[in-house]
Amino acid sequence: MSRVSLFVTCIVDQVFPKVGLAMADVLERLGYQIDFPEAQTCCGQPAFNSGFWDEARGVARHFMDVFEGAEYIVVPSGSCTSMCGHHFADLFQDDAAMLARAHAIESRVYEFSKFLTEVAQVEDVGASFAHTITYHDSCHALRELGVKAGPRKLLSRVRGLTLKEMDVAEECCGFGGTFSVKFPDVSGGMAQTKIDSILRTGASHIVSIDSSCLMQLQGVISRQGLPLETIHLAEVLASR
Amino acid sequence: MNPIPVEAIQKAVGDSRLQAAIYSSTGRLMEKRAHSIEPEEIDDFQGLRTQANALKKHAIDNLDYYLEQLEQNVIARGGKVIWCRDADEAVQFVLNLSKEKGVKRIVKSKSMTTEEIDLNEHLEHEKIDVVETDLGEYILQLAHEKPYHIVAPALHKTRYDVADLFTETLHVAREEEPEKQTQIARRVLREKFLTAELGITGANFLIADSGAIVLVENEGNARLSSSAPRIQIAMAGIEKVIPRAQDLATFLKVLGRSATGQPLTVYTSFLSGPRRSGEIDGPEEFYLVLLDNGRTRLLADENKRQSLYCIRCGACLNHCPVYRKIGGHNYPWVYSGPIGAIISPQFHGVTKDPWLPFASSLCGACAEVCPVKIDIPKVLLELRADITLAKRREGAGKWERFAFKVFSYVMQRPKLYEMGSAMAAAVFPGSQGKWVRSLPGLLQGPPIKGWLSKRDLPPPAERSFRALWRERQRSKGAA
Repeated sequence: MSRVSLFVTCIVDQVFPKVGLAMADVLERLGYQIDFPEAQTCCGQPAFNSGFWDEARGVARHFMDVFEGAEYIVVPSGSCTSMCGHHFADLFQDDAAMLARAHAIESRVYEFSKFLTEVAQVEDVGASFAHTITYHDSCHALRELGVKAGPRKLLSRVRGLTLKEMDVAEECCGFGGTFSVKFPDVSGGMAQTKIDSILRTGASHIVSIDSSCLMQLQGVISRQGLPLETIHLAEVLASR
Repeated sequence: MNPIPVEAIQKAVGDSRLQAAIYSSTGRLMEKRAHSIEPEEIDDFQGLRTQANALKKHAIDNLDYYLEQLEQNVIARGGKVIWCRDADEAVQFVLNLSKEKGVKRIVKSKSMTTEEIDLNEHLEHEKIDVVETDLGEYILQLAHEKPYHIVAPALHKTRYDVADLFTETLHVAREEEPEKQTQIARRVLREKFLTAELGITGANFLIADSGAIVLVENEGNARLSSSAPRIQIAMAGIEKVIPRAQDLATFLKVLGRSATGQPLTVYTSFLSGPRRSGEIDGPEEFYLVLLDNGRTRLLADENKRQSLYCIRCGACLNHCPVYRKIGGHNYPWVYSGPIGAIISPQFHGVTKDPWLPFASSLCGACAEVCPVKIDIPKVLLELRADITLAKRREGAGKWERFAFKVFSYVMQRPKLYEMGSAMAAAVFPGSQGKWVRSLPGLLQGPPIKGWLSKRDLPPPAERSFRALWRERQRSKGAA
């Protein structure tokens, strides 16, 4: 069976480590050999999105060094996957040698659910999760990676789970990295629109494939004391 | 460097009446668009977008050629072409022509280009009676406001607002029904159309191979503005030129659908020059004003010149969660929403409103609906890099630069990263895994403060993934 290298992302490493463990559990159950290159840190997206491209380039180069020989790089985030798979090429557009390395990453880096549905080609991973959930499409996964049906297929095979779609599933949660702290009123307003829509579904859990979106939504839920919980898809799929 | 208009933004986000008006109008436009591009309604809409993008790319890449061809063909049809480097030249031309021809009254149809150069203000200053004849624009002229939206300029006004406005400014009996309000405006405007000496329109497309100007509208006021008065001026940015009349087959199909969900707008007018001998109507004189006003500067940048592809449909505004929260008037220029966020800094220089390209979560909803496939998030990212460099040159934004220098340094040194994260977890006040509502003053830097103003913050994990992973592998090895 193939070997997969986990890039757990800095936010999962530092704040939501259970998401990374859940992802490893699911992949191991499917028979994959798991490798966690310990020198990994971040993809550099915060600096890139803030206009600090020189600073982002250093981090991107570090990422490429760390994952040099990896066959598959699996990531529990659409946003970080998109950074490595699409935007490394923007960073190195004027550096032919590095651009070639950036392009070599593109076909090997996979968002977790996309890896399951497209490479492992599974839908039923044997999970049970007896709750009514709603699925939040994270923007970069949806629009830059084309991830839309995959997570829903995976969820539809989870025993006991009911998926209730919200009316604005594809609308941004308002996180947007530093946008969330530079424009807190707008970001908070966007989260509120999303939360209002989620509450209308009657779901008890919000599932997403990006921990950063879930941090934004959970932050509002916690502040307002709402009867909702956020959970990463990997954790749902690891549940038995 | 203008700061973020924080208070004005807070006011818009917190105004539930305004929010309801924006959400219902943009929501309706989104629904209509979505319906109009379904496969039962049109074949291969996505293919048309690709085609429209390719046509625009070709036109912009060869702008010099097509503009000269356009000029020759307009002249051949008896029109005059006026090239204007900037707003001043364009305004001056209209003022001089008005003076020369004894113009007292001007009727105008909707034109973002004339909004861009504040034409009305200049004309009013010279005591010329200039009247907007698009209903939404007319409402705004009465209210002394700038457009709130590229396509639906008075989108933020409810019918009750309009009832108040008409009663106050036109001294008519109060009418709250939109149909009745339209009748009131129609009565006033009819008189203006019939007595104006000069009509000013914009242009949706300028066709190089035929010298024709295409106007797309729903109210018929552009057609009247361009046919009733003795003299006509069409004013357009140079990027509006398209190579051939047949290219309209693509653009008209995507424009109406993207803007309002209409397969075609109610009126599509082709204007080519003044009245010829034997014709019974049309203007006696026709002028095409071609405005640069910064556009050639955009042309110089290969990555960002796609910003000039815009056909002003407004779809990116309707689909933008930021536009829908902050509304049209919190953008620094008449072009609002995502397209405004990418063109304003390129027209005015990136340091004028350096916050603007950062006012986006980069969600990409704009690029997904853009009929000419402008990669707006990509241009925003490029602009952010330009702004960061410009700030560095001017010695601004030192703290943020320092923070990202540290970030970059640490993220390239895994040991330091691990030490740093352990330290962060150690200084973070114990919350037993609970999300925190506030932090001691010392830890309340601007980012944390911004976050906590709306949301609780998760504490760092007691043990990082890598620590847990090592333990997991050890226990596996032992088992």
